[in-house]
Amino acid sequence: MAVDTLAPANPSVTEGSSNTAVKIAGLSHYFELAGSRLKVLANIDLDIATGEFVALLGPSGCGKSTLLRLIAGLERPLEGQISADGQVIQHPDPSRILVFQDPTLFPWENVHRNVATGLEARGLLPQSRKRIDEAIELVGLTDFAHAYPHQLSGGMAQRAALARALVNDPPLLLLDEPLGKLDSLTRLQLQNELTSLWQRRGFTALLVTHDVEEALILASRIILFSERPAHIKAEFLVNKAYPRHRDDPDIIALRRQILAKLGLST
Amino acid sequence: MSETAQAFDVGSVSARFPVFKGRWTHGLLAALSWAAAAIITVSLPDVVPWGSRQLFAALTAAGALFFGVMFFSAPRTGNLGKTLIYYGPWFIAIGVWLALWELTTAKFGWLPKPFFSPPHGLLNVYVKDGNRLLICIGYTLRLWSLGFFSGIIIGYVTGVALGWSKSFSYWGMPILKLIGPVPATAWIPCTFYFFPTTFAASIFIVALASGIPVAILTSSGVASVDRSYYDVGRVLGGNTWYLIRKIAVPASLPHVFVGLFMSLYYSFAVLVVAEMLGAKYGLGWYIQFQTAYSGYANVYATLIIMAVLCAGISKLLFMARDRVLTWQKGFI
Repeated sequence: MAVDTLAPANPSVTEGSSNTAVKIAGLSHYFELAGSRLKVLANIDLDIATGEFVALLGPSGCGKSTLLRLIAGLERPLEGQISADGQVIQHPDPSRILVFQDPTLFPWENVHRNVATGLEARGLLPQSRKRIDEAIELVGLTDFAHAYPHQLSGGMAQRAALARALVNDPPLLLLDEPLGKLDSLTRLQLQNELTSLWQRRGFTALLVTHDVEEALILASRIILFSERPAHIKAEFLVNKAYPRHRDDPDIIALRRQILAKLGLST
Repeated sequence: MSETAQAFDVGSVSARFPVFKGRWTHGLLAALSWAAAAIITVSLPDVVPWGSRQLFAALTAAGALFFGVMFFSAPRTGNLGKTLIYYGPWFIAIGVWLALWELTTAKFGWLPKPFFSPPHGLLNVYVKDGNRLLICIGYTLRLWSLGFFSGIIIGYVTGVALGWSKSFSYWGMPILKLIGPVPATAWIPCTFYFFPTTFAASIFIVALASGIPVAILTSSGVASVDRSYYDVGRVLGGNTWYLIRKIAVPASLPHVFVGLFMSLYYSFAVLVVAEMLGAKYGLGWYIQFQTAYSGYANVYATLIIMAVLCAGISKLLFMARDRVLTWQKGFI
């Protein structure tokens, strides 16, 4: 496995298991398709440290999203083990919140009620009205708190989905290409907002993307996946201060390396 | 010219000409057609007497007078005026229809008694038998609401269970599919045995007719909810009960309303039969009673009442749906 770095790796990120947020060991997973087993994930070992922003980069359809669903606990792995904070993941838990590619807001509830979903599900609603307003303000939707999802633009809907996750203060945020379907301007803006949220709140983030640039702008570490069945092909540490710029020579150099690994030399 | 293009032309013509120089031209035509109906009714003799002829003539004349006044003032009376202008062509058609109806039945006798009745014959039914009909309406509404509401509640709960639980659906769905197409009336022999009173049996028949469409549509609604909503609910810490209450139930409401409209029509359709079971009053009972004595005018008059009741309740249901499903606006 190749580990390329821009600069010396941040020692606080790579050492020790005491601050491991997610530990994936010998993980393989299959899909049942028309009676046959299709291997989607092959023998994956990966540790994610607390507070890290890790991007899972790979060709689309390689199984990255499946890995995220497994970490979220929506599915159980068929081989190997995933644990979060030392506990084997058995089922979904509000400490690990998955933000989907589509906002999947409940169309029958307004933004405020959508954001309240997690707190309401756990019976925490009465004491946390203020938290909901704060989360909505955080993503800049205060004026739309009482709007229904069909009245929102794609970017606003995805912000609402982000607020719905963040209001729960999850130690681990799983992002499944949440910006994938947005227009490029909204996308850049939300990338900046995600970085500053991550810096302020200090959660661990795991982002699935097939956009090399997005990974480079957001992540402190990039894991490169192969075609299906996905296995880890390479790993890059991006030790670069935020906010990052696309035209930074180091970023451009690393981008070229990653693209070369993906077989797309420019 | 294609049909749609023609329809569009007619629409644009009637949209342009109902008001001309501040006058509601359709109002004038409606006044004329209603006046014609009034004049025909009083001036020509009936082939066979029907009663209430003067009253009907007076009512249509009053209608003609109203449209005559509105000819001048409809364009300036706000919402009422707007509604009148919108339905203008209908008012003209109704006047023409009443006049022709009078001519073909009471005046020329082409459509003879007792099989047909002129409009004033129907009016005569309301005048002569109004009190009994009011009691019948009360009885019918009591039976209908007991049957309909118990039916849709049970049907809805069953539908949610069928749509949600695999084992419930395994046993329940085949049974529902088997009994679904059986006309509710076919259960009459069993109901006589199982229910203590014929009234309870009648309620059961109405409940069955209203419950089955709601159960079927609710279960298909719950079963077809986008799985990703459940993923969101689970990720955010929702338990099964939360997923049912907060996702399955609201997400399936559009289907449920389709089921409710079907239930409404089925329940009205079985009312007549349900009131066969030893009822002493009720519109269905009245229809059967009058049919037996060839009182067809009474039958028609009662059918009109039932149609109006059903349309009114369906209008209420539409209003409820629009209120509950405002969130759906972006989807339709």
